Amino acid sequence: MEKQQFYYDNKIVKLFFWATIIWGVVGMLVGLMVAFLFLFPNYMEGIPWLSFGRLRPLHTNAAIFAFVGNGFFLGMYYSMQRLLKTRMFSDFLSKLHFWGWQLIIVLAAITLPLGYTSTKEYAELEWPIDILVVLIWVVMGINMIGTLLKRRQRHIYVAIWFYIATLVTIAMLYIFNNLELPVAMTGMKSYSVYAGVQDAMVQWWYGHNAVAFFLTTPMLGLMYYFVPKAANRPVYSYRLSIIHFWTLIFIYIWAGPHHLLYTALPDWAQNLGTVFSVMMIFPSWGGMINGLLTLRGAWDKVREDPILKFFVVAITAYGMATFEGPMLSFKNLNAIAHFTDWIVGHVHIGTLGWNGFIIAGMLYWLAKKLYKTELYSTKLANYHFWIGTIGILFYSMPLYIAGFTQAFMWKQFNDAGTLVYGNFLETVTQIIPMYAMRAFGGTLYYTGFLMMVYNIWKTAKQGSKVEDELAEHAPLKVISGKRAKNEAWHSWLERKTILFTVLAFVAVAIGGAVEIVPLLLVDSNIPKIASVKPYTPLELEGRDIYMREGCNNCHSQMIRPFRSEVERYGEYSKAGEFVYDHPFLWGSRRTGPDLHRIGGKYNNNWHFNHMMDPSLTSPGTIMPKYNWLHKNTLDYSTIAEKMKTLRALGVPYTDDEIAGAKASVEAQAKKVEAALHEDPEYVKNYGDSNMQNKEIIALIAYLQRMGTDIKANKTAQK
Amino acid sequence: MLRFIKHNFDSIDGVAIYPIISMLLFILVFVVMLVIVMRFKKKYIEEISQLPLEDDDINLNNE
Repeated sequence: MEKQQFYYDNKIVKLFFWATIIWGVVGMLVGLMVAFLFLFPNYMEGIPWLSFGRLRPLHTNAAIFAFVGNGFFLGMYYSMQRLLKTRMFSDFLSKLHFWGWQLIIVLAAITLPLGYTSTKEYAELEWPIDILVVLIWVVMGINMIGTLLKRRQRHIYVAIWFYIATLVTIAMLYIFNNLELPVAMTGMKSYSVYAGVQDAMVQWWYGHNAVAFFLTTPMLGLMYYFVPKAANRPVYSYRLSIIHFWTLIFIYIWAGPHHLLYTALPDWAQNLGTVFSVMMIFPSWGGMINGLLTLRGAWDKVREDPILKFFVVAITAYGMATFEGPMLSFKNLNAIAHFTDWIVGHVHIGTLGWNGFIIAGMLYWLAKKLYKTELYSTKLANYHFWIGTIGILFYSMPLYIAGFTQAFMWKQFNDAGTLVYGNFLETVTQIIPMYAMRAFGGTLYYTGFLMMVYNIWKTAKQGSKVEDELAEHAPLKVISGKRAKNEAWHSWLERKTILFTVLAFVAVAIGGAVEIVPLLLVDSNIPKIASVKPYTPLELEGRDIYMREGCNNCHSQMIRPFRSEVERYGEYSKAGEFVYDHPFLWGSRRTGPDLHRIGGKYNNNWHFNHMMDPSLTSPGTIMPKYNWLHKNTLDYSTIAEKMKTLRALGVPYTDDEIAGAKASVEAQAKKVEAALHEDPEYVKNYGDSNMQNKEIIALIAYLQRMGTDIKANKTAQK
Repeated sequence: MLRFIKHNFDSIDGVAIYPIISMLLFILVFVVMLVIVMRFKKKYIEEISQLPLEDDDINLNNE
């Protein structure tokens, strides 16, 4: 059949190429700023939008969605065109996808430091940006499917399957986790439609799977394309790659409900499940082995080619992280690791090692291809590799040690039966040297990254201009949509692109439904506690300030039923205590102590002084000052709308309460402020400075309420 | 952390059916895929695994 000529779109690839680099520089810089806050808590003193609680979500979002996201799109736009022997479906959609995504990132970079956040980790963006994310994702989806439809290559290479899985699954996860009700169509504020336990379940269903389908499947797709490219030999076993794909997609769907509902399973299912859990190690490690063995017979090249070095370490890091993940799900290990820096170390093996190095290798390789030249300096790339690798080790190893150290200090009892380290702060100051080493490791990694930026910049300058490349390939022979005689079933399915995508989606959706349905049912099965009441209007405003400042990034609100935790914090947390919490604020890391029973533990003055300057009440603390709360006047103009929104979500506020909301705010604020007068120092310094109008008063009201309802102790099963 | 709250699921009527469905679905897909993949012809597998290595672009001047 006669060949057709066409051009590959390299311009869009170039755009994503530079976007990946720029956002890598920005996202990691914010990470470093955050890492140094652990050592110098007040080096950005008094600047609300540069405080830890607001920068940390900016770092995670930038690293995940801006750096890794653009890196995935970059590799996808380059490889899809070449694997399918066609230009992308629509240049307009490609551009819309690119600029739309960059707009989302810029909006995130503005709104997160300003304190607009839903507080749900890796889904912090507020509702208008969420809608934009979904729209742009759909644009990308149409462009991908369109390209598949006009392809000139019958077989769809396995890398693209991973891209398709990313497309459909992220869409489903993102929408379900971000269901929220705006307070007003003109404002940014919204409340999650789920509350408490249910919200936590949906959030971590998202969190768990987002790691799989945003940080793993797209990167595996890139691995299956760029590692063979760089090594110039086909993937070790294509059969294994297919098994790797299907098992990875389905293991998440199976593992989710399996882990959540383990106790309810009959014996035969538990036994079968255990057998399969063990068997699962083969395909997922098969993926790693498949990547590494692609280099069989090319190991001599690895010594010289920095690109292959990056890939080898990246794939090894993937293997380590995917081994560690299941280990961490074991009960005894989880009890130690949870809430500590171990998790932060684990996550960065995945992000710095696996994602960062796959993308670095790909960037070097593409720089040569796009600019049709050799690397400006192979030596510099080798230096980048070594400094980056050492950086990863210096980043993660100290955090593993910090995690262990802190967990054991939290749990240590002396003979008299009391905690050895009763003051939480002792367990923080102990691990400061580890934080210093972590910041050092991060600096090394960042230095390596900047070396790459310079190297690639010089490469681009010495190379030729990026132009669309001419290619030619025969069009697909038109054959009947029906399965041909002797045609294998899977080959036939691959011909039917839409059907393939729909089936893949149905598969994921069934799996999703199997997980979501119990989540939707669980709400009505949580034992109600009669004494748990909705927050007062002032406390609600205080809670919104708690969310705005991102307190949940360092403080948990979940006391586990361990002797060491009950001894340290008080009565363990009950599911029924969170029924009015839209969203839940349990947190995932204890840089500071748990706050669920903070209510009534200290007087109002303690909180007042603590927020003004934490080192006044806790010498040696690494909590930064929150002294703007004492200056900002509380804006409670939308309190009635907020309560109405929450009422629509099931919080039983009465009409009278909503009508009298503003008066109630003022009355309670006056009371909180009056209690501050117990301290003569307060009277002397702030006695007549109109403190009852300030944000700090609302925050104190919320903190003093937290976890106190249960003390009435009138538990009533529904 | 979720382990401390997931007991709330146990009180849902017939909740065990969900993990059983998902497990059977998983095993079914796994086994069917294994059979399909094993039945691929060696020649075909070699052919498609070469896909990324085919020439990216044709420079007409060099033709």
